[in-house]
This record gives sequence, structure tokens and C-alpha cells, in this order.
Amino acid sequence: MSPRRILVLLAHPVLERSRVNRRLADAARAVTGVELHDLYEAYPSLRIDVKREQRLLDVHDVVVFQHPFYWYSTPALLKEWQDLVLEHNWAYGAKGHHLDGKLTLNALSTGGPEQAYREGGYNRFTIRQLLAPYDATAHLCRMRFLAPFVVHSALRLETDEQVRPFAEDYRRLLEALRDDQVDLDAAAKAERINAPLDAVLKKAGAVA
Amino acid sequence: MSSSILFQALVYLVAAVVCVPLGRRLGLGSVLGYLIAGVAIGPNVLGLVGEGAQVMHFAEFGVVMMLFLVGLELKPSLLWELRKPIFGLGGLQVVGTAAAVTLVGVLAGIDWRLSVAAGLVFAMSSTAIVLQSLAEKGLLKTAGGQAAFSVLLFQDLAVIPILAVFPLLAVGGVTAHVGEEAGRPGWVQALLVLGAVTVIVLAGRFVIRPAFRVLAETRLREVFTAFALLLVVAIAWLMQTVGLSPALGTFLAGVVLADSEYRHELESDIEPFKGLLLGLFFISVGAEIDFHLLVEKPALVTGLLLGALLVKALVMYGLARLFGLERPARWLTALGLSQVGEFAFVLISFGEQNKVWGADVSGPLVAVVALSMLVTPALFVLLERVVLPRVTATGPKRPHDEVAHDGAAVVMAGFGRVGQVVGRMLRMSGHAVTVLDLDPAIVEMLRRLGQKVYYGDASRLDLLVAAGCNQARLFVLAIDEPEKSVEVAELVRRHFPNLPILARARNRQHYYRLRRLGITAIFRETLGTSLELGAAALKHLGVRAHTAHRIAQRWREHDEAALEDMLKYAGEAQDVWLSEAKKALENFERAMRDELTGNTTEKDPGWDNESLRDEVLARFPAPPPEAPKSPG
Repeated sequence: MSPRRILVLLAHPVLERSRVNRRLADAARAVTGVELHDLYEAYPSLRIDVKREQRLLDVHDVVVFQHPFYWYSTPALLKEWQDLVLEHNWAYGAKGHHLDGKLTLNALSTGGPEQAYREGGYNRFTIRQLLAPYDATAHLCRMRFLAPFVVHSALRLETDEQVRPFAEDYRRLLEALRDDQVDLDAAAKAERINAPLDAVLKKAGAVA
Repeated sequence: MSSSILFQALVYLVAAVVCVPLGRRLGLGSVLGYLIAGVAIGPNVLGLVGEGAQVMHFAEFGVVMMLFLVGLELKPSLLWELRKPIFGLGGLQVVGTAAAVTLVGVLAGIDWRLSVAAGLVFAMSSTAIVLQSLAEKGLLKTAGGQAAFSVLLFQDLAVIPILAVFPLLAVGGVTAHVGEEAGRPGWVQALLVLGAVTVIVLAGRFVIRPAFRVLAETRLREVFTAFALLLVVAIAWLMQTVGLSPALGTFLAGVVLADSEYRHELESDIEPFKGLLLGLFFISVGAEIDFHLLVEKPALVTGLLLGALLVKALVMYGLARLFGLERPARWLTALGLSQVGEFAFVLISFGEQNKVWGADVSGPLVAVVALSMLVTPALFVLLERVVLPRVTATGPKRPHDEVAHDGAAVVMAGFGRVGQVVGRMLRMSGHAVTVLDLDPAIVEMLRRLGQKVYYGDASRLDLLVAAGCNQARLFVLAIDEPEKSVEVAELVRRHFPNLPILARARNRQHYYRLRRLGITAIFRETLGTSLELGAAALKHLGVRAHTAHRIAQRWREHDEAALEDMLKYAGEAQDVWLSEAKKALENFERAMRDELTGNTTEKDPGWDNESLRDEVLARFPAPPPEAPKSPG
């Protein structure tokens, strides 16, 4: 199959202060076939150009929502984006088939460590449980929901060195998605897509 | 030597065209250029023109026109505000200078009457040279400029009583005739003067404005110009007839018309005539200077010259200090008003007629007056280059501020209502901004508020370079005046093609002019305010705040798209432009109306649950109403 085209929707209101998302975005931008769409840069007054967003979705096969995990969810603009862009009879509903069969996942950073996101843990739910609205949205839009790419304990990461392994994994994931090297069934079932990344990659043509 | 009018005109014009740009280029100003041109063609050097007096008489009309223009710039309210400097500072300057000269004269053993007359002559300064120079150097609106203007205005007023007093000072005690209006009793004279002033004020209010309206409707520019000239000539004639200074009369008419809607047209019509006639006036002053006298009695002439300059400057400096002016303003008035002015020529010849003095005295006096005018531009250069930079308290100061760009990333031209907000925003966010502004009043005020602003003309390449355009990352063009703004934009585009420009535009025409220079980031100055006000109005009418806000945002998007669309017709003939503009306007309004009334899918379908409701109702049919449970 021809390489998948990937749209990364980046939502970070103060990217200049970001530790993880800024470096992940840089990594994504460098991957051929990836379009990085910086929403807060495109819509500083939060007014979304719906038509433009729908045109972008139409020409991509994979939609990645990249964002910090604000209040177990996304920054406000990404919610607004969902509200306005995913129109009835465009994205979902009896006559809405524009997103059918596309892949989607969240790439997010959390302040807390991995063990906090467990049932009975500090944050009481797993990341996948908390992402249920995204899972359901993908389902309603007939998209395939993949496990999230998660960077835990983002507040402990200061330097390029510390973030590099994650940025490297992110790059490998995007390339693998592009080149159809991801085992989609495994990726859909996993708790996190990068725990470890190699677990969801096809064995034969493993990406370097 | 031909004396034909054509030849004379040729000589004057060539002299002006050659010498004035030269004077400007050397940084001496146009006045000195004209004076030097006069000297060059005068009897002492080339001898191309002989009798300068006739020409001068004609050229004095330039001074009259200048005062008319000065009046146009002054609203009555401003004049009222200046009453203290006019009568206080101006009055004391005339009296003080006359008294000081008299004292020197008497101490030197000269007859007291002659000394008083000479004192009154020397009290006059040159309105023509000083105002022209101040305006050229952008100093007219500074505190010193205003003070100088006030003093000059008072001197113009004072000429009238001085003319009346002069005959009484005749050494022989000769009772001479008092000017042309001799023979009229004092009260008739007073009534005439009062009547003339009333006529001017009333005519300005009730006759001239309607007349302008009628003439403006004919759309014949030359008729309008002719009427503007007629106005000035008629007032000058009227004032001369009743024995008042024509300059004063036209000044008054200017003030009356300062509020009129035709002010700018009047200004632009009279301006070239004024310029030419004033130039002629300066040339004839140059030609008048009798250099033989300088050779024959060098000690007398130079002594008188230096004495006059010194006494005038000292008196003025003292008074300026007394009136609480700052040091730069003191120096400006002292050096700037130290020459003896054109009215002195009138007084000197009048004195000769009335036997106050003979040709032996008036000759050297004329030479001294002319020479003092000749040195004035040099004094202004001295003032500007040497004195002002030293006496001005801190930092680089006007005029011609030394701009230090300190490696600032942003150069900004214009620091008015727009520039101030932008500049302060940038500075507060930690970005150094080098600001140039051409309004000395603004610069002075902002300096006092601690804002770093340079006085300078951003349409000068050397200043742009000094401001750091070669290293800057951004040029903010916040000048409000479209002509100036486009001029600066062209210069920046040409010499710093890689420097991005963010520009403020007054209106659509201005927008297109900038747009055609390749500038894309253009901000129309009233659009944001209008949209905010529109949104607020909608809110008051019951529209929810966020909806009103979004309508305003949408309006902006449509409006900007329509504006860009019309760009391709911007240079077309007017009828093409109008028909396209009409089409664009209709499209725009239809699009907005459709959106606001919901006749389009573009409303905000994501928030619109009409279609979703239908589907949900179909998918999840409502449960049948439960049968009421019977009690028990």
C-alpha cells in the first residue's frame, strides 16, 4: 500500500514553555509524510476555520492528537476543534463518512508517573479509561482508535537528553504508521502504544 | 544689460534654483540660500540686477502671505492661550530692546531721540526668516518656537504705534505728517481700524465660507486659487488703506478661517505663492546689502552689527529666563530673534522721510539690518548643531537627534496613538525598539514621560541607517499620514528589501498603496475599533456576547477577503473601480446576511443540533408513555 499520510494536530497554548511537546513536535515535523498542524498558532483567537480543517482531514489517513493531558483531557482549543470540525453528517451520522477507516490516536504528556494512572492509584483511572471520550468519538466516526503514545512524568524532564528517547520513539512510531509497520491489532489493544514501542511493530520489517 | 521683465525673472529664478538647493545640501537652510543668491546677482558681485527696492516692495507680499498661513494654523483658542507670551514677553522684548539700545546710544554721546528711534528699529526681528527657519527645522511647535512666534507677532502689532511715534523723534523737532492716513483725526482713525477688523472677522464667518462653497462646487481649481489670492490681496489692501499692517490683517483673516473646512485647500493654494515671494524677498535683501559701506567703514558697520546682535540676544535671553522658559527655549529665542527684521527697512526709510536721520545714518543702518539677516541662518546652524545639543538636559536631543539604535530588533516610525501602544507592548515584552517621530511636541512630551523616542524624519535614508535598519528584524510603520507613510515604505522597501514591514493604514486607498509596494501585513487603523463597537452594539441589543464576538470576527474575515479581491482593480479607472466595488459590497453583504440569518450551512454546524436531533429521534425512539399506575 502507498504510505499513509499523517496529520498531527498539536494543541499547546504555551508551546514556548513546553518541555516535552515542543520536542515531540520537532521530531514529528522532521518526518516525511507528516503534516504538523499547530492549532494555537493557526487560531490565536480560538476561531477555527472549519472548512480548512475538514479539507486537511480529507487528505490524511492518520490523525494524531498531540497535547498535554490537562485535567485528564485536552487543552480547550482541541475540544473546540472537535465540537466544530466533527460535524454531523460529515464526520458521523447516517451521511457522515469522511473519516471512515482512518486511524487515530492521542500523543500526550502527563505530569504524574505511570503508576499513578492505575485503578486505585493516585489518579484513580488508567490513561485509556480517561481517554474513553476519544475512544467513543473515534468509534462514532468509524475510525480505528489506537492506544495512546504517553510520556509520563513530563515535569521531571528538563533537557534535550532526557526527552530524546521519547522523541526518538515518537519519530519511529510515526514512520512505522506511515510505512504500515505497525501491528494495528496489537496497537489497538495495548495500554500504551510505546510500552514498549517494539511490542506493536511488525516483526519482519522492524524500523531502525 | 537688459532690464526687460523676462530677463529679470530669468536672473532671479536661476539664482534661486542654483543657490537654494545648494544651501539646503550644505545644511544651511533655504533662507541663507536665497540671501546668497541675492548677494550674487546684486550690484556688488555680478551686477545683474540694479534697483532692488521695487522688487522688494513687491516681495514683501510674501511676508503677508506667510502670516495668512500662520493664521490658518492657529485656532482662536490657541491664540488666546498665547496672550501672555504675546503681550508679556513680546511687549517687554520691544520695550527692553529699545531701552537698552537707547542707553548705549546715549552713553556713546548720540542724541537721545536718534537713539530711541534706532532702538525701536533694532527691536524688530525678521518674521520671514525666523518662521521659515523654525518651520524648516521643525522647531516651530517647541516651547522656544512658540515663544519666538509670540514675540514676532507682538512686533508686527507694535509697528503701528511706532510709526506714529517716529515723527516726534525728529532731531529738528519737525512736525511731520504721520503716514499716509495723515489728516484724519485720531478717533476717525480708531474707528476705521476697528471697522476694518470687524469687517474681516464678519466676512470670514459669513461671506467667505459660502463663497468658497460655491467656488468649490465649480470644480475649477484655478478659480479657487484666484479667489484665495483675491482674499489675501483684498485684506492687505483694506488694512493698508486704514493704516494697519497688511500682515496683521491677513493674519487675522487666517485665524478666522482656521476652523473652516477649506483650510487645507487654502493652505495648498497660497503656499507656492508665499514660497516664491518670500524667496524673492530674501533675494532682494541679499541684493540690497551695500558692501562698499562695509569696505569704507568696516569698524562702524561690524561694530553696529555685533552690538545689535549682542544687545538683542541678551535682552531676549533675560526675558525668556524671567518668563520661566527652559534653557533650550531661552537659547532658541535669544539667538533666533537676534537679527533685525524686514520691518526695520520700512522704519528706516520712514525715519528718513520724517527727518529723524539723514542718508549718512540710514545707509549704515540698512547695511547692518541686511547683514544681521544674512548671519541669521548661520546663527540657526550654530544653535542647532552646537548650542542645543549642549543645553538640552539628557540623551540625544532634537534637532536632528543622534540616533543610537543599540542593536534594537525593531525600528518604528511614528509614535502616535498607534505607535505608542505597539512600542510599549514590544518593550514590555523585552524587545528593544528604536522609535522615530517627526512631531517635536510628541517627542518632547514622551521624553518627559521617560519614553525613549528620537526626533527624526523616517523618510531620510541616513536616519533609517542610523536607527539600525540594516540589523533590525522588523520595521513597524505606524505613521498616520498616508503620504509620509508611503514615502517611508518605499524607502525601506528599496534600501532594506529583506526587512519585513508591519504597516498601519489610514484607509483603503492607503492600504492599496502600501499593498502595491509588496507589503502584506497592513492594519487599517479603525477596523478593530469598529468591530468592537459593532459587537458591543449587538450585545446591547440582546445578542449573546460570544455570538456578537464571532460575528465581528467573521466580518473581519469577509472584509479582508473582499479587500484583497478588490486589489486587482485598485489602479483601474474610477467607473470600473466603482462597479467592481459595488459588486464586492453586494457579495459581502449577502454572505454576512446569510450567515447571520442562518440561510447557510456555514453557520456553526458543529454547534447546531438540528440534523442530529432528527437522527437521534429516529435511532432512539421515545419510550411509550407509561400507563399511570393505579394506586394500591
